Amino acid sequence: MAKRKDPETRYYEERDAFFRDLAHLDRRGFFKVAAAAMGAALASGVTFHPRAFSMVRVAGAAKAPAEDFSFAYISDSHLYTRDVNDRFVNALLRAVDDVNALDPQPDFVLYGGDLAQLGQPAELELGAQILKSVKAPVRMMVGEHDWFLDMGVKWNALFGPETYSFDHKGVHFVVLQSVHEEDFWTARGMTPMERMMTVAGLDNGVQSRFEVGAPQRQWLKEDLAKVGRKTPVIVFSHSPLYHYYEPWNFWTVDAPEVQALLDPFDTVTVIHGHTHQVLTNRVGNIHFHGMLSTAWPWPYAPEGLPALTLQMNRPDPFNPQDGCGDGVVHVGAEGLVGKVYNLWNRNPVQVPSTYLASRGKKDRPAAPTRTSY
Amino acid sequence: MRNPKRRGIVIGTTCGVALVVVLGLVTQGSRAVATDAGRDGTIEVALCDGETTVQVAQAGKPTAAEGRQIADELMAKWRASNPGTDWVAEERAKHKIVEPADNRDLVGRSQGQTYGRISEQDVVGWERATLAMATRGSQVFHSADELGSTIAVSCDMCHPDAANTHPETYPKFQVQLGRTVLLRDMINWCIEHPVRGAKLAEDDPKMRALEAYILAQRKGTPLEYGKH
Repeated sequence: MAKRKDPETRYYEERDAFFRDLAHLDRRGFFKVAAAAMGAALASGVTFHPRAFSMVRVAGAAKAPAEDFSFAYISDSHLYTRDVNDRFVNALLRAVDDVNALDPQPDFVLYGGDLAQLGQPAELELGAQILKSVKAPVRMMVGEHDWFLDMGVKWNALFGPETYSFDHKGVHFVVLQSVHEEDFWTARGMTPMERMMTVAGLDNGVQSRFEVGAPQRQWLKEDLAKVGRKTPVIVFSHSPLYHYYEPWNFWTVDAPEVQALLDPFDTVTVIHGHTHQVLTNRVGNIHFHGMLSTAWPWPYAPEGLPALTLQMNRPDPFNPQDGCGDGVVHVGAEGLVGKVYNLWNRNPVQVPSTYLASRGKKDRPAAPTRTSY
Repeated sequence: MRNPKRRGIVIGTTCGVALVVVLGLVTQGSRAVATDAGRDGTIEVALCDGETTVQVAQAGKPTAAEGRQIADELMAKWRASNPGTDWVAEERAKHKIVEPADNRDLVGRSQGQTYGRISEQDVVGWERATLAMATRGSQVFHSADELGSTIAVSCDMCHPDAANTHPETYPKFQVQLGRTVLLRDMINWCIEHPVRGAKLAEDDPKMRALEAYILAQRKGTPLEYGKH
């Protein structure tokens, strides 16, 4: 006879089973906390402890988009060397495990920039070494924390040019270096380390704001001239390619000029790092998605939050790695992307392409229960 | 000049920049002195610290503008060899620190028997002292070293401009700790855990400064103690 289990043991067993199951979900397998499903079960006369069904995988509850392929992302790991700080190193390892566990595997993994915290060669080398264990091909993007110690020398030596484009399954991908800054260091007589420390402080007002810069905009113009207007374009940029909040450098000075270059294309998506939060925006026909950090979450800026953004929950400091994570981007047949934020220790947040395409009218993601204030 | 060997030139005491030097070095006297002309026709003007000097061409009595220029040069040299003296301005250039309430409307009024008529200097002095405390807090808040972090983590890495610290909600029952806590308890929790440092004493000057900075940044937000 089966031993009677107490409700808590049963709850934890079911919870474990749920997360085991989660690991084997294919990329079309969506799940959600389904109060509706529980309601249906209750209506059918079944009685159970409600907590036992607090998480339900609902097969077919959300229609899978007609995606052609998917890619995963890891971003903003801010590595110190392990002897200085083991936590950020372990977080990147966790993200690598996440993307390696995806089944089927993503076509590639985008690394979204800020691999290092202070641009030290040892930090970048450590990051490069860890990313070697990613099974899928890795596409690298540079962030300001990688750049401002030696202005990209070490990063370029490890990962190649910071600006490039490639075509994949009918989509034109562009990777930008969007964290250039006007020279604020020479006049102040700063050492490279002082320059790096200044840029590394998000609320440090001494630094200039980010920009793509005229030479790179010219490059982008020429690169896009070869691409048909109907071809879907996906841009990877470390900084958000729009004006969000200037005091924290959530800001790219020449974003309007870059947007103007992207505007003629029917289908354009920008995937950016730097903001360490769930962030959704649309300017004209350009869709924007932020990426999560593996190191720490940023709070939402006190003003300028794009109207389409549904905030992630206010992270709980007592829950290590809350508000951090990685994610997957599904590219549909139409070239639009659905974005999955794989928030560690919480349910993932799904921002479907239809949500942005309908300007927020359809498929609105769930609102958070603990908002920032 | 009473002493032909050491002609005293009081420079720029009306100039705000020089005033800082004078205030900073009040124990050493408030005069800069020029020694006799050198063989090449220049005069060495020395600051009241007895160490900082500049060479100026000897061409009769200097004008007020030239005097100011000499004072500025001395000041610049003194600043270069005494870094951190204007730490409030340096810190404020880096990080936004919300200014304390403006009390200028009190100038000329009396606060009763214990404190006489309030002067402009009073109000300016209060503001400077208050702002200095918050500014000191900003230095600690933004420095892993000052916080004693063993993993190079500082407060601003999660809380730029002290965002998401909501000091106005304390005291509150912190469910994760199972007790009612004050802001300083949460500061210490953060120092111990995400920052991985040693707790500060509740009256530690760094703790007091951190509280001052965090509270200053939420100026104008209504107190709502107990809010979750």
